[in-house]
Amino acid sequence: MTLTAKPPPAAPPGDEQAPPASSGRRSRPRNLRTWVRGGGLSTLVFLTPMLFVFTIFSWSPIVQSVVMSLQETNLLDPPTWVGLDNFVRVLNDPLLGTAIVNTLYFAALALLFGFPLPIIVAVLMSEVRRAKGFYSALAYLPVVVPPVVAVLLWKVFYDASPTGLFNTILGWVGIPPQPWLQSSATAMPSLVLEATWAAAGGAIIIYLAALLSVPPELYDAAEVDGASIWNKIWHVTLPQLRGILFIMLILQVIATAQVFLEPFLFTGGGPNNATVTILLLIYRYAFQNSLGGDYGEATALSVMLAVVLALLSWLYFKLTERWGTS
Amino acid sequence: MTTTRPPVAEAVGARGIRSTIARRRADRRRDDQQGDRGIVSDHDRKGRGVRLGMRGVHLALFVGLVVAGLGPLLWLAKSAVTPTQDTLRHPLAVWPNGIDWANIPAAWNDVHIDLFFWNTVVIAAGSWLFQLLVATTAGYALSVLRPRYGPILNGAVLATLFIPAVVLLVPLYLTIVNPPLPGDVSLLNNYLAVWLPAAANAFNILLVKRFFDALPREVFEAARTDGAGPFRLFWSIVLPMSKPILGVVSVFAIIAAWKDFLWPMLVLPDPAVQPLSVRLPAVQQSIELDVFLAALAISTLIPVALFLVFQGVFLRSAGLGGAVKG
Repeated sequence: MTLTAKPPPAAPPGDEQAPPASSGRRSRPRNLRTWVRGGGLSTLVFLTPMLFVFTIFSWSPIVQSVVMSLQETNLLDPPTWVGLDNFVRVLNDPLLGTAIVNTLYFAALALLFGFPLPIIVAVLMSEVRRAKGFYSALAYLPVVVPPVVAVLLWKVFYDASPTGLFNTILGWVGIPPQPWLQSSATAMPSLVLEATWAAAGGAIIIYLAALLSVPPELYDAAEVDGASIWNKIWHVTLPQLRGILFIMLILQVIATAQVFLEPFLFTGGGPNNATVTILLLIYRYAFQNSLGGDYGEATALSVMLAVVLALLSWLYFKLTERWGTS
Repeated sequence: MTTTRPPVAEAVGARGIRSTIARRRADRRRDDQQGDRGIVSDHDRKGRGVRLGMRGVHLALFVGLVVAGLGPLLWLAKSAVTPTQDTLRHPLAVWPNGIDWANIPAAWNDVHIDLFFWNTVVIAAGSWLFQLLVATTAGYALSVLRPRYGPILNGAVLATLFIPAVVLLVPLYLTIVNPPLPGDVSLLNNYLAVWLPAAANAFNILLVKRFFDALPREVFEAARTDGAGPFRLFWSIVLPMSKPILGVVSVFAIIAAWKDFLWPMLVLPDPAVQPLSVRLPAVQQSIELDVFLAALAISTLIPVALFLVFQGVFLRSAGLGGAVKG
């Protein structure tokens, strides 16, 4: 391989198809030929599918969302610049406060139910010597159920009449029937319960993998010091898992901040807006507006949410880089 | 280049399902004989309290996981062939008034679950094809061919991982309504509107690229010396060596397509082309509960069957799945 077979320095993609018109730079066509012979063109052919879908369906919409948040857009007229008007209108929407509080409430409840449960189950499962594969499969089964089916099924479980499935079970232990999705007090916890059921399996599998990576010598050493089982969990297992625990925490916060399916299908935001989340509000601005979609307001709110989430994602990326995923 | 083994190669490895099963059997045999080191030591296990405690843990795990993991699915299977009044009045009784097999053909034919099922299959197959095409060609170009501008493209792809999907919602929708194509076309009600945005998946490219990075360079050099061009190298050397990661990407692609709800609902407004996830909530109001539950059961069948057959791939992918949510 000689040096001439290498591609020319910093040939930008897409530029090289047209030979330069100026006859003063005679070196360019020869470079183009060596570029093609050196494999530059076939590389570009391989990159074409990716460049095509990312340009149209990822990079350009990302830029557009920032632009659109500063514009008044509808499907008929050309968009007009309105400065920060969209942001001001969103921030003045009385529902925004409700949506933020509801989303935070959902996230807090999801952390309370959904964060410790998979850890406990994974630690217990890792200590069982038989049928581990069977238990993993059982734990993961709810994750495989399509989310829409899961929500619609749980909606039947949440039947508020005394003969509803959950109310029947409560009846066995003498607890009176609950209104579940019908009351603003119990609607959100009901949503979180289903979401926890649907997501816990994935976290359990991740924790099981992480538990395998705890060096067994540490347990041996702890036993030499006379540690009890509880001591070993508290002083060896959990500290060894702290990296993955923190990563899972951030991932869960990012996921819960974008919760949409559960409030949309279970309650549609009700009762009394008790389950309106930020994403549901974005959806309403853009697609459920009787006056036609208010795309400006919707993108303004998405951009604000995205900035917060991007910070969290960045933190996640930094941490995975430092701790690794295991 | 980096010498650390990428986690993907570790998680997936170059093993088939059959060898995984053999390995798991060997693991189980070893566990039975000596037990691998966990939190609870062999010495601990000799204690009477611990032995009872472990038995309790075993029982609690078994009952808990069967009730939570399998219970809802078994209930769904039962209710799919139970008359509506039985399900409403005695949700937990096992067939108080007999079995109603007619629910299943009613859901399949009268509610047109057959059509929506077929739509879902077409959507999943197309998403799978486009995601594999984009991920493998881009991964190959960035990892093996390595053009000068590769790192820039790689950075631009990775950057999209930090952008939460919610930002894309409105601009992407408007791109579908009025795509940057010549003429007055719209991709609404066209499956390309689901397939192409799904293919712009940075996580797939990251996974595939990391796997390609870990393949032995000497094989590529040998193939090149033997006169293999970039296309031959891709098709005959790299792809056949990458079956494990292609399996993982395929599982992700098919499951994600089967689960997706909001996006197909927005871009496929015509009921005749909608998938199950979009149609199920829509038909809920207009059909009887028993037929509806039969429809839910049919929709759950394929993902659960896929999971039971490819358990190993699923559970090992689940460890990686954490990073998808970001």
